[in-house]
Amino acid sequence: MELIVEITIFVLAAFVGFEVISKVPTTLHTPLMSQTNAIHGIVMLGGLIVIGYSDSILEDLIGTIAIAFGMINIVGGFLVTDRMLGMFTRKPKEGAK
Amino acid sequence: MIPAGVIEPGGDLATLLYIVSFSLFIFGIRRGTHPTTARQGNLIAAAGMAIAVVTTLLLDGIGNWVLILLGLVVGTVVGTVASLKVQMTQMPQMVALYNGVGGGAVALIAWSEFRHAPAGIELELLIPILLSAIIGSISFWGSNIAFAKLQDLIPTKPIALPGQHFINGLLLLALLAASVVLCVNNNDPSEGIFIGILIGAAVLGNLVVLPIGGADMPVVIALLNAFTGLAAAAAGFSLDNVALIVAGTLVGSSGTILTLEMAKAMNRSVANIVFAGFGGAPAGGAAAGEQRPYTSIGPQDAAIKMAYADSVVIVPGYGLAVAQAQHAVKEMADALEKRGVDVSYAIHPVAGRMPGHMNVLLAEADVPYEKLREMEEINPEMPRTDVAVVIGANDVTNPAAKNDPNSPIAGMPIIEVHEAKQVIVIKRSMSPGFAGIDNDLFYLENTDMLFADAKQAASEIAAEIEKL
Repeated sequence: MELIVEITIFVLAAFVGFEVISKVPTTLHTPLMSQTNAIHGIVMLGGLIVIGYSDSILEDLIGTIAIAFGMINIVGGFLVTDRMLGMFTRKPKEGAK
Repeated sequence: MIPAGVIEPGGDLATLLYIVSFSLFIFGIRRGTHPTTARQGNLIAAAGMAIAVVTTLLLDGIGNWVLILLGLVVGTVVGTVASLKVQMTQMPQMVALYNGVGGGAVALIAWSEFRHAPAGIELELLIPILLSAIIGSISFWGSNIAFAKLQDLIPTKPIALPGQHFINGLLLLALLAASVVLCVNNNDPSEGIFIGILIGAAVLGNLVVLPIGGADMPVVIALLNAFTGLAAAAAGFSLDNVALIVAGTLVGSSGTILTLEMAKAMNRSVANIVFAGFGGAPAGGAAAGEQRPYTSIGPQDAAIKMAYADSVVIVPGYGLAVAQAQHAVKEMADALEKRGVDVSYAIHPVAGRMPGHMNVLLAEADVPYEKLREMEEINPEMPRTDVAVVIGANDVTNPAAKNDPNSPIAGMPIIEVHEAKQVIVIKRSMSPGFAGIDNDLFYLENTDMLFADAKQAASEIAAEIEKL
């Protein structure tokens, strides 16, 4: 991809991020932070890619740790967020807005 | 057996699938901003992640399957076990830890890419690699320190060297200079210098977070979260991967907003937190060591005061959380309500340790959502409140924040319990809170101190109320 296209995507994504998160009730700050935290676990994909062209034990090691770290970030992040939010949704009261 | 290599890297199919995946991220975050749809939003984002991972696994050129599976399995098991076992009170440090491993992954990936950099690597690849190495390493070590502080593995008090800012500044300059050297010698960039950059960034991550007090840690974690997002975006530039660029940037910008909002809730500027930290200035107001009189009562007196009140406002803080007292407090509130006392909970924006943390804890104990009142809403009602019960909260109730312009917490929004007719503070001792300063509230004439563990005190009071 052309660098300039990538920069365009970067800038637009930054604005989307700003817009999408504005005016969030305080209650949801922690779960939301935890959810976005899980999303940056996407770097794990980088680990999957670089381990493919590893040609030494050191790189095998680096790649495996990177994948494991990324996966902890993804799985742990989404699960913990779900647990937190599960506490709110367990008892939906009629009439409560 | 495994249908590897069916998708062309950088091809239209791969890009389309990545677009689906990051659209789900955006949609998921969006849903995550409303209480009723938040859980669904998290699942949507997780589905987006699943699509991104499977797509990448099917790319042509993906190999080394044994190690890939090993990494995936280890990561899944560790992440699952940790998430299911962690106590709700430990949520902030868990988020710090997950953020740290994410940052660590970025730094390691950058290292691996660097080793495969061809001679004369273009700067548009080398610069993102260096950025992700530096930011990733800072984020990894900074998050680990934040974790260790919240977990009480190292003192939560600010730890600072003389000339700290000068050292940090020099280190940052050195990192930039080393990066420039690598960029200039891009025909044969030295791996030694690269490893030096990783280590230097690690030291910087430690030095920046160590001087920050525990009270500011949530803001630091939010900031490091945004950093890791940016590091991931930088990795996306060097790997030419649109999913990484968009997802990383989303986290970077939304994380920045969250950081600013949290800092605002504590009336602190982010710069102030990162560059100063509490404890630099001597505590204003009451000088340390000065003995002032206070009243101490037992659970029975507390029960009588509450049971004959018309309205009781409970102000929960982190002490309630560590004592796991949320269920006992709920019992106490139930006993009061049975007698017709009006009970509500006043939630400071940063009660617990993170915005919204206290709401999670009370929800765990089945406290109805409508009983939780926000600070702005409850403060005007304080003068009409008969008894305010402060359980394990400290700094967020300190009237010095309003009355003493020299106090280190001056200007921080507080729950104005000192306006209530009577105040009962349940606390283990007179020791100061996270900000490390004395609380004037404890010495007021209408304040009674009940020295006990929050959980034990709440159950004892509940039992006493039942007896009345």
